Amino acid sequence: MGKTIAEKIFDFHRVDAPSDEIQVIRLDAVFCHEITTPTAILDLVSRGKDRVFDPSRIKAVIDHVTPAKDSKTALQGKILRDWARRHNIKDFFDIGRNGVCHAIFPEKGFVRPGYTIIMGDSHTCTHGAFGAFAAGVGTTDLEVGILKGVCAFHTPRTIRINIVGRPPSGVYSKDIILSIIQRLGVNGATNRVIEFDGPAVQAMSMEGRMTLCNMAVEAGATCGICRPDETTVAYLWEFIKNEFESPRAALAAYGAFRPDADAVYDAVIAHDVSELEPLTTFGYKPDQVKTVREMQGVPIDQVYIGSCTNGRLEDLRAAADVLRGRKISDRVRGIVSPATPDIFRQAMNEGILEVFMQAGFCVTNPTCGACLGMSNGVLAEGEVCASTTNRNFNGRMGRGGMVHLMSPATAAASAVAGFIANSPLYKP
Amino acid sequence: MKAFGGKILFLNRSDINTDEIIPAKYLTDISKEVLQPYLFEDLKIEGFNPKTDLRNVGVVVTRANFGCGSSREHAPWALEANGIHLVIAQSFARIFRQNMFNCGMMAVELPASTIDHLFDAYSASGASLQTDWENRCFLIQSKAGIEKIAFTVSKYDRSLVEAGGWVEYADANY
Ligand code: SF4
Repeated sequence: MGKTIAEKIFDFHRVDAPSDEIQVIRLDAVFCHEITTPTAILDLVSRGKDRVFDPSRIKAVIDHVTPAKDSKTALQGKILRDWARRHNIKDFFDIGRNGVCHAIFPEKGFVRPGYTIIMGDSHTCTHGAFGAFAAGVGTTDLEVGILKGVCAFHTPRTIRINIVGRPPSGVYSKDIILSIIQRLGVNGATNRVIEFDGPAVQAMSMEGRMTLCNMAVEAGATCGICRPDETTVAYLWEFIKNEFESPRAALAAYGAFRPDADAVYDAVIAHDVSELEPLTTFGYKPDQVKTVREMQGVPIDQVYIGSCTNGRLEDLRAAADVLRGRKISDRVRGIVSPATPDIFRQAMNEGILEVFMQAGFCVTNPTCGACLGMSNGVLAEGEVCASTTNRNFNGRMGRGGMVHLMSPATAAASAVAGFIANSPLYKP
Repeated sequence: MKAFGGKILFLNRSDINTDEIIPAKYLTDISKEVLQPYLFEDLKIEGFNPKTDLRNVGVVVTRANFGCGSSREHAPWALEANGIHLVIAQSFARIFRQNMFNCGMMAVELPASTIDHLFDAYSASGASLQTDWENRCFLIQSKAGIEKIAFTVSKYDRSLVEAGGWVEYADANY
């Protein structure tokens, strides 16, 4: 019987199966940020277990609120910073070098096909774009990951989605994943892994695949996974060139983490995107999705371009293509947060930040900030934000605020219009 | 190993979710102990007052699907901070159940008929419960005397409880 990608990864990493349902796997990396890790650190300290399994496999960043905005967030940062120093965690990213966790860790080459990764963060599934099994976990699991480098999971079951067809110009992987969440519902993949496959995924950049996998959790999935291919190897080459003779050799080795043709899935779904339109959400759940056409004209107060979903260079380029030579509406506040310092610098060198500033955007340092309504663009009650983030939950970007999720191109076009609008890049 | 016994609190409703166990607004604090005063703060059940009814309670008995909603571990922590280490229900949300054992606590399922019986016989009388590990049964003490109710837990769950939770278990075994 054939195996799915997740099953193959589990086979490589299994250290124990303490019950019929539970498998304990070895972890290749444990990622940490300053919101969820301090609780785990303090609990380990109180148990007299202030240790780490392998400082080189732990990566940590202060990203959610940076610079700190008050004493509470300053303390969270301090606990993480002190801990990283105490344990000699070299890959720790503090202000000046920090960026949104799910953007900066792949950029630094910390994710490889076949890896197992946990983090105390729901969007850890992003890293599945590289053919890794990456899952968000709670505090106790994070503690055990830090301490022992293992984690217990239920035996993975997989839903496979074959994405076929070529999306029209101006339709992006954000629109594709919104259409998939609309189709599956917010619980449609609960406790399942989603394998994204098919020609449309093969044609996507790593950035596009990260956007896709990032929102797998919004359909309830533990992880979204793409099979490793030439695009994966090309992205990783600078980090793996000492491990392999050639990109071809790397590709062959990563073949161990491609699904078998006769793998057994919970469901196999064909998803055609050839006639997909730009989409946006309309309620407080990410499966409440309509076409931008249907939502055209809904007034907005703020536009936010950034986050682990859509704060990468490709996203900023798409938005800048819409904004070049235009000004945003007087009634709109535009905020762009390049997701990492490298993205920031590259956007600066390419003149993209200039385009944003000419259009009237505020450019912030790399941070999660407004995405979770903690800093850098919190909404007031009754305000509406067109956002490239991944969650439109009630109060997500500020109590009483409304969030419409969309692609960077749609967000930029909406900023210019002052209301939700399709971008001129969209050509059906 | 933790103590699994004490006065029983009966919560006569199904689908009590994690927001009702501990409201989301308390999730930003970095210690478990601060959750203590807020357990069940937003839980609305007729005749239940979280301010007075949690005193000396060691066990919760409730209906189906307890702990549904978000996966937050703050739910078992808030119970733990109040000395409640055992929840008995007709069924649990999967993640909540696992979180309880991961914290070295117990979430035990009993058949609907047994749960009905517990509510009928004891919910009005202020009974208390002790756990007899040797014989895998709960001893329920009331004015009427002592009743034995058998229960089962899997070997793995039992070893988590004996170890004091997943952190201690993993540290000893891996
Ligand atoms: S950008 Fe938003 S969704 Fe992504 S990790 Fe930060 S807070 Fe979470």
